[in-house]
Amino acid sequence: MSVKLYPPKPEKVYFFGTCLIDMFYPQAGLDGIRLLEREGIEVVFPDDQTCCGQAAYTSGYHDEARAVAAAQLDLFPDSWPIIVPSGSCGGMMRTHYPQLFAGTPREAQARDIAERIYELTEFLVHVCHVKFADKGEPQKVAMHTSCSARREMGLAETGPALLAQLGQVELVEQVRAAECCGFGGTFAVRHPEISAAMVEDKTQAIEAAGAEHFVTSDCGCLMNIAGRFEHQKKAVRGEHIASYLWRRTS
Amino acid sequence: MSAREIILKRLRERSDGPLQAPQSDFTVVTGRGWSPQERLERFERLITSVHGEVIHTTHAEWTKRLIELLAAKSIRRLALGHEHPVPVAARTALRNQGVELVDVDRDIEDWKREQFETVDAGLTSTGGAIAETGSLWLWPSPDEPRLISLVPPVHIAVLDADAIEDTFFDVIETHGWAGGMPTNALLISGPSKTADIEQTLAYGVHGPRELVVLIRHQREAT
Amino acid sequence: MSVQHFIPQTYTPQAFHRQAHEALDDPQIRANFRRAMDGLITKRRDVFSDWDLEALRELGANIRLRALAKLPDLLEQLEANCQANGIRVHWAENGEAACRIIRELCEARGAKSVIKGKSMVSEEMHLNAHLEEAGIEALESDLGEYLVQLNEQTPSHIIMPAIHLNTDEISEILHDKTGTERTRDVDYMTAAARAQLRERFMAADVGISGVNFAVAETGTLCLVENEGNGRMTTTVPPVHIAVTGIEKVVEHLRDVPPLYALLTRSATGQHVTTYFNMISSPRKPGEHDGPEEVHLVLVDNGRSGIYQDNELLDTLRCIRCGACMNHCPVYTRVGGHTYGTTYPGPIGKILMPHMLGLEATKDLPTASSLCGACGEVCPVKIPIPDLLVRLRKESVGEGRGNVPGAGVKRSRKELLAWKGWQWLATHPAAWRGSTVIAGKLRALTPAKLGPWTEYRTAPKPAKVSLHALVKAHREELAGEGRS
Ligand code: SF4
Repeated sequence: MSVKLYPPKPEKVYFFGTCLIDMFYPQAGLDGIRLLEREGIEVVFPDDQTCCGQAAYTSGYHDEARAVAAAQLDLFPDSWPIIVPSGSCGGMMRTHYPQLFAGTPREAQARDIAERIYELTEFLVHVCHVKFADKGEPQKVAMHTSCSARREMGLAETGPALLAQLGQVELVEQVRAAECCGFGGTFAVRHPEISAAMVEDKTQAIEAAGAEHFVTSDCGCLMNIAGRFEHQKKAVRGEHIASYLWRRTS
Repeated sequence: MSAREIILKRLRERSDGPLQAPQSDFTVVTGRGWSPQERLERFERLITSVHGEVIHTTHAEWTKRLIELLAAKSIRRLALGHEHPVPVAARTALRNQGVELVDVDRDIEDWKREQFETVDAGLTSTGGAIAETGSLWLWPSPDEPRLISLVPPVHIAVLDADAIEDTFFDVIETHGWAGGMPTNALLISGPSKTADIEQTLAYGVHGPRELVVLIRHQREAT
Repeated sequence: MSVQHFIPQTYTPQAFHRQAHEALDDPQIRANFRRAMDGLITKRRDVFSDWDLEALRELGANIRLRALAKLPDLLEQLEANCQANGIRVHWAENGEAACRIIRELCEARGAKSVIKGKSMVSEEMHLNAHLEEAGIEALESDLGEYLVQLNEQTPSHIIMPAIHLNTDEISEILHDKTGTERTRDVDYMTAAARAQLRERFMAADVGISGVNFAVAETGTLCLVENEGNGRMTTTVPPVHIAVTGIEKVVEHLRDVPPLYALLTRSATGQHVTTYFNMISSPRKPGEHDGPEEVHLVLVDNGRSGIYQDNELLDTLRCIRCGACMNHCPVYTRVGGHTYGTTYPGPIGKILMPHMLGLEATKDLPTASSLCGACGEVCPVKIPIPDLLVRLRKESVGEGRGNVPGAGVKRSRKELLAWKGWQWLATHPAAWRGSTVIAGKLRALTPAKLGPWTEYRTAPKPAKVSLHALVKAHREELAGEGRS
C-alpha cells in the first residue's frame, strides 16, 4: 500500500550493515549484498560504518546517539541510495535522524541521508523488481515483519511479497502476525518478564501455524524469537530473510 | 491570583510561544448524497443492528399501529405529552382503549417514584434521525421532558421518514444548532445497553430495555 | 471453575515490576484481557472498514490541535457561554482543589448521597475517597464502575472499568456484596444492578459526571454513553456537577461529530453509542425535569505544564478512547492495574509522569517495546512512541528538564556505558578491532546474560564480522575479475 515514489534502479548503492549483523549475523549482511549484486548493482560498503545509534536513542541518550549518528552521516557522500537490511535501523535513519539533528548544522545532511534510506526488501521489491527462481525443497515458512518495518517504514508487504516468489515455499499465516515479538531493544532487558511473555506467544503462534522455519527482516527480532525457540529446544529455526532468499535462489 | 487567573496565565504565557490554529476540512463527515430510500434503509439497518425495533406506517395509520403495539407489549400505563401533534393524536386515538395515559407535565420531584416504578412506556416525538449511525435526535421540551425517553422500560419514538438526514454533522449544520442549543439535546441509538460483564451484551441496564421507532411515511410503503 | 476471591489491593506505579510479575503469573487475568482485547481489535477494524479512516483521523487530530492552539481563549469563551446559560464554572489548579470545590458544593446543598456517572478525572483526583471522608457517600452508577467499587478496586481500563473480571468473578462479587444469587446469567445480574441503582438515583442529592467534549461556542457539555446512567446522573438529582480536564474543550459544535465518530469506533468498535447527551443549561422555568443547578469544574492538574512544550502538547489531544491500550501488547499481558496509575496503558505512560512525576513513574516510559501499535490506531494521531522516547530522555536528564522529576534516572554507571559505546562507535578502527576480538572470544560468551537468558538462548558473536566478510568478498570479486 506504499504511496512512496521510487527511483529507477541505480548503478550503485551504499550498504549499511547494522551493528547486530556486523557482530552476530554477518552472513545475512553478505547475502543481502549478493542479492543486490545479482541485480547488476555495484554495492559500496563504507568500511568506517559502525552503528545507527538506535539503542541509545530509544533509551533517551540522545547526545550519545547523535554523536554516533553524526559519524555515519559522513559515510555516504554520493547521492546513491543507502540500503539497510533492517527495519529498525532503517526506521531510525529515515525517521529519527532528521529529528535528532533538527536545529543543528547537520540537519540538511541528515535529511538528505534520510531520503536515501531504503530497507532491503523494500528496495528489492520496489526498485529492483526482482524475480526469483526457487531452487530449494518444499518448506512451510512463517514471516515475522518487525514492528519498525511494518509501522515506522510502512513495509508490511515487501517481505511476504518476496517469499511469495519462491515456488516451493508455503508462507503460513500466524495469528496476531502484526503483534510485536517483545524485543524492543533495551525493553527486553529492562522488562524481561513482559518481553518473555510476548516472545512466548510469538513462538507459539509460529509453531501453531505449522511453520518449519521462520524468517524476519530484523536481527533483533531474530535474536529474540530464535533464542526463545532454542531455549525451549524446539526444532523451528529462523534466519534473516536475505540469507533465506539467497540460499534458495543461488 | 485566583486559580482561574493562574491557569489562564500559564496557558497564555506558554514557554514555546503561541500556536497557530490550523483550518479544518470537514468533507469526510458530510456530502454522502444518499437518496431518501438509501437513508431509510441505512437508518433501519443500523438501528435494528443495535436492538432497536422499526415499524413502518403512514401518517394516516400510525395511531392504529401504536394501539396494536401497546397491546402486543401489554403496555397499560403510557407516559406522553399534551401539546406536540404526536402525543395529541395519540391521546385522541387511545381514548377508551384501556391504556392509562400518564401526564408528564409535572415536576419530576412530584412523581419520581411513580415514574420510576409504575410507567410501562414513554411515547415521544423526535426531531429527526441520522442515517449514517441509525440515530434519533430529540430536543426534550416542557411538553415532552427528558426522562420519559429514559426511565420507563419501553421507549416508543415517532419519526417521519422524510426527517432522516445523512450525517450528524449535516443535522447540526442544516438546523443551525450552534445558533441556540436547548437545555438538553439527545441522540438515541437503540435501547440502553452494557457490555461490562465480560463483553456480553445486556439491554436495559439503566434506561429502556426496548426502543420502538414508528416511522411515518406519506403514503403506504410499497 | 474455581473463582478467585480478590483481596483488595492498592497498586502503585512504583511497584510496576512486582505487579507485572503477579499479573503475568495469573492465567485468569491474562486470559480475561487477551480475550477482551482480541474482541475489541476485531470490532474496531470492522467498524472502520467502510470509512476513509485516514481522512477522519486527520480531521480529528486537526480539530484537537486547533482547540489546543486557542485553549485559553476557548476556556474563557466556554466559561462565558456556560454562565450565560446558567451553568456555574469553577477552576481548580489540581485534584485536591477540585475535590474541595465539589465537596463544598455538596455541603452547601446538605448533600449526603452522590451518584456518579463515569469520570476518569474524578478517579484521577480520588474524589470518592475525599467525599467519603467528609461523610458524603459517592456511588458509581456505570455498571463496570459499580462492580469495581463493590470489589474495592479501581478501574483497569478507561472505557471498560471491569474488564479484568469475568462472569464468575462478577457473580461472586454481586452475591457477596448485594446478596444476589450466584449465576452465569448476565441478564439477571444486569437487572439486579438496575434495581439496586434505581433506588440510588431517586435518592441522590447530587449527580457527578465527566465530560467528553465541552463546546466553547455554545457552552455545551457532551457525554457519551451506552447505559443511560449518565443521563440519569445528569437529569434526576437536583444538582449536577460536571468535572473535566481543561483540555477537553473544542471550539465549535461542528467539531463534535468527527470526534464522536472517532471515539465510539476506536473505543469499542461501535458505529455509535446508545446515547449522546448534550447539556447546555440547568432546568429552565416551565421545564419539568433536569437539575436546578449545573456546575462545571475545570481541572488543570498538570495539564498546563504539558501545554508549555510543543512536543509534549500532543499528549493533550487525547480523547480517552482507550484504543491504545486495546492494541498494546504490554497492556494485554499485564492488565490495567499493573500500571498503578489512574490511566493505564500507553496513554497512561505518556500522561501520568506529568501528574505524578518521573520518579514515581520511572518504570512506565520504559515498559514499551516501541512497537507503535498505539500510535497506529490513535484516532487523533498522537505519536505515542515518540513521546515515550521523549520521557525516557527526560528521565535520564538529556531532555529539556521541564517534566517533573526530570533526570531521576540519571546514573553514572549507565551513562558511562553509553559513553563507552559512543567512543567505540565513533572510532571505526577500534570498532573493527572489537568485533574481531568478540569473534575470537565467542566461546567465552557467558551462557547466562542476566534476564535475557532466563527465557532465551544467548546469541554468540560470529567468528568473523560483516566487515571481514565483505573484505574477503571484495577480494574474491577482484580475483574473479582478474582471472
Ligand atoms: S492516546 Fe489516542 S488511542 Fe490512547 S486513549 Fe488517547 S485518543 Fe485514544
